[in-house]
Amino acid sequence: MTLTNWLPALIVLSSLIPGLLIFALKEEQVTTRTVLNMFGATFKLVLVGIMVWGVLQNQVYESRWVLAPGLELILHADALSVLFVVLSSGLWFFTTIYAIGYLEGSPYRSRFFGFFSLCVSATVGIALAGNLITFVIFYEILTLATYPLIAHRGTPQATRGARIYLYYTMTGGALLLIGAVWLQVLAGPVDFVEGGVLDVLPTELSGQLILIFFLMLAGLGVKAALVPLHGWLPQAMVAPAPVSALLHAVAVVKAGAFGIVRIVYDVYGIEFAHSLGLLTALAILASITIIYGSVQALLQDELKKRLAYSTVSQVSYIALGAAIFGPVGTIGGLLHLIHQGIMKITLFFGAGNYAETLGVHKVSELNGVGQRMPWTTLAFTIGALGMIGIPPVAGFISKWYLGVGAATAGMDWVILVLAVSSLLNAAYFLPILYRAWFREPPAQWPKESIPAGTWETKWTLLMPPVITAALALALGLLATAPFSVLEWSRLIAIREYGL
Amino acid sequence: MIDTLALAVALPLLGAIGATLWPRRSLPLSLVAGLATTAAALALTVEVALDGVQRSDFGGWGAPLGIALQADGLSVALLAMSNLVTLAATFYSAEYFGDKAVRRHFWPLWMLLWASLNGLFIAADLFNIYVALELLGLAAVALAALTGTRDAVSASLRYLLASLLGAITYLLGVTLLYGAYGTLDLGLLADAITSGPVAWGALTLMIGGLLIKTALFPMHFWLPPAHGNAPAPVSAALSALVVKVSFYLILRLWFDLFGPIVTPAAANLLGILGAAAILWGSWQAVMAERLKLMAAYSTVAQIGYLFLFFPVIASLEPSPARDDLIGAMVLFALSHGFAKAALFLAAGHIQQCAGHDRIDDLAGTVQRLPATSFVIALAGVALIGLPLSGAFTAKWLLLSGAIAAGQWWWVLVVLAGTLLAAGYIFRMLGKVFGFQETPYACITAVRSEVPALLLATTATLVLGLAANPLWFLLGFGDLR
Repeated sequence: MTLTNWLPALIVLSSLIPGLLIFALKEEQVTTRTVLNMFGATFKLVLVGIMVWGVLQNQVYESRWVLAPGLELILHADALSVLFVVLSSGLWFFTTIYAIGYLEGSPYRSRFFGFFSLCVSATVGIALAGNLITFVIFYEILTLATYPLIAHRGTPQATRGARIYLYYTMTGGALLLIGAVWLQVLAGPVDFVEGGVLDVLPTELSGQLILIFFLMLAGLGVKAALVPLHGWLPQAMVAPAPVSALLHAVAVVKAGAFGIVRIVYDVYGIEFAHSLGLLTALAILASITIIYGSVQALLQDELKKRLAYSTVSQVSYIALGAAIFGPVGTIGGLLHLIHQGIMKITLFFGAGNYAETLGVHKVSELNGVGQRMPWTTLAFTIGALGMIGIPPVAGFISKWYLGVGAATAGMDWVILVLAVSSLLNAAYFLPILYRAWFREPPAQWPKESIPAGTWETKWTLLMPPVITAALALALGLLATAPFSVLEWSRLIAIREYGL
Repeated sequence: MIDTLALAVALPLLGAIGATLWPRRSLPLSLVAGLATTAAALALTVEVALDGVQRSDFGGWGAPLGIALQADGLSVALLAMSNLVTLAATFYSAEYFGDKAVRRHFWPLWMLLWASLNGLFIAADLFNIYVALELLGLAAVALAALTGTRDAVSASLRYLLASLLGAITYLLGVTLLYGAYGTLDLGLLADAITSGPVAWGALTLMIGGLLIKTALFPMHFWLPPAHGNAPAPVSAALSALVVKVSFYLILRLWFDLFGPIVTPAAANLLGILGAAAILWGSWQAVMAERLKLMAAYSTVAQIGYLFLFFPVIASLEPSPARDDLIGAMVLFALSHGFAKAALFLAAGHIQQCAGHDRIDDLAGTVQRLPATSFVIALAGVALIGLPLSGAFTAKWLLLSGAIAAGQWWWVLVVLAGTLLAAGYIFRMLGKVFGFQETPYACITAVRSEVPALLLATTATLVLGLAANPLWFLLGFGDLR
């Protein structure tokens, strides 16, 4: 009964309990709700800080709970889980501030923030899951908690988007469940262990193991928006901007990508997956997704839809990193898990600010927006440049490692994919930046609801993107500093490859 | 020492008599009797957990002459669930029926239903089971007819016929056994029974009769109209408990009495019927236009899952893996009991407020009845079998057993059933949580929401997280 047994559970509970309390609040109890929200977000960050510090000292944090004979709920902190926990609880903090500002005065906020907290609790559970069943449990809870958020606005489009999301994720979840159960039948309780656990199984099971991999990949690929399982993501952009941030950066697609990383490294083991030929298949799928997503993004005029397709493309860099055999590629994938999250959340905050402040929803309406909202546009610009992979923004570092990793692994065609994708990224982001900075603003904005005062918009809306943009820049500039994400990813890669 | 076995049956019976004699005081009498009954049932559960199987022979007459009651782990697991659900429904009914004239008929019948349910869970001989089964059937039919609408009455008549047919078929099997072995005590019979035409005939008749009462596809024809038209607390008891008790008896006969003589082929037949029930019931639930009818068809499907366990269990020799599966089956029954009762109670609230339960016209219910909507969501999680419900754990173990046994076709059935269940639950939730203006205004007392909320939370959080002791409890007894 010490902190080492309780810390992982506490990190999950630190947002779960405030969330449940928020459900019970009345609509007009704004202050109580804000206090609960911010308390949960801050307390979680503190706990995560303690955990990071402990893991650096080689402290083992593990919470266990028996569900049924042979089924155990395990929350466990290893280097990989810490990476994801830091990302999601860090970004959640900013998203909460943003959401409080964004939803000010809108109806049903208690319900919204209740599910919002459930969502992040599930994500942290996914990150800390120490075995397959725990992962599956939190993965499903995440689906349930996200559905009402997508449907939140209650318009026919929102309900439709949520329904489509549900079709995809429920089917995917069921396939993942079957894969997980099947694997447990073959291998016993599947704990996540660095280097994988399946290479000890007899070779005649290889056929089944390959089938199971694709079953689970189908389940995870839905949330990670791998083509052709990505159909829900562009539909789900009808949700309010903080929810988009949650979907695209903090929780949902990240959970899928993280799951793929977990399965490849800590269940199958990178070398065993390589020997089964799974990595090539994954690399091809990821590459198709990267190119397809970028092409689609180019065709969208609606800003959030363009960003959504950009996510389809960018998240697959993480899967691609997992599919490149060799530590350098691994580092690239892990880095992108963090970098994509921070850059994409900046972009969605920016898009949300344009929509909320000026009523601007389309790329073609963005002319001159940089003059009216310089700070937001500056943050947006940094995010976009990072997505293209321009130094010194963080995105450059991850793409560099992916490219070098592919070259080392002898997968030269991946470099071509990266190059084409970067060109396409530039093709759909640079026109936005050009319009925003260099075109003349229109005489009147579509629906200007927040007048320009001291700041261009509410501070709760402005602060989060500015900070995350600064982070994206800092992660690029200070990549080699001690305790940086790069160093941490290196540590994970070393452990996974047993170097 | 107080005989909790006898109390669990005698107390509700006293309540029924009291409620009949003093109709004006029927409500407080029933509440007191109900609380005492539940206390006795829970005490019995604790006794079994601490001291093992409990048995009591009335008036000093042992088997094969007297009335004997016996409780093992399986009995008390279902008994405890049944009493908690009935108690919650009792408090709900106190609000639901209020001062309506119908309460005069409701309370005596309700307590009689309770007594016969408890009696069945702890009866130790086949004839007492028959008597309690008939009592249960009559009380249930009368309760189902209480709304007095034309639909309810005709549904109840159908229910009555099915119920009588089931009981008579069962009784025929009992007479066969009595003729051959000269005893009706479960324990004595289990030791004496040998494979042969008599045993097979009795098995077929008794299980067949009980299957009608359990409403396994295609013998479910009577269930949807009866459960869909009864008053809400009655529907809850019928769907959550009454079909569950005859399922319990099937378990008792299948694993206890006829354990050595059941064949894998028979188990497979039950599995196939179960699979058909899942697909048919779920599909009908997806198509249902009314909330309570949807819930009733969902029961048909959920009963199917219980029978899916049979062929998988039959493929295993006695082993820990087999015990795990039997436990999972019981857990599924418990989880469904709590969840379905909660769903029907919530549906009752909605029906009272809106004046109807047409799913398409329920948009925006959440604005008027937030707690009730939340109950529907929680119960829905358990019915689909998502985490953290007891049904999720049970399904995991079922899938695991089916894959290990190489019976992958059941996996496909579970997959289809789960997706269909998600279909019918979310079709309703999508409406309920809509933003449209609700045409009806309704404010319910907070305390009337509590019973359903507790039941739903039990199904979805308590059983999901803390089901492990169930396997310990089931260790007491001799299911084989």
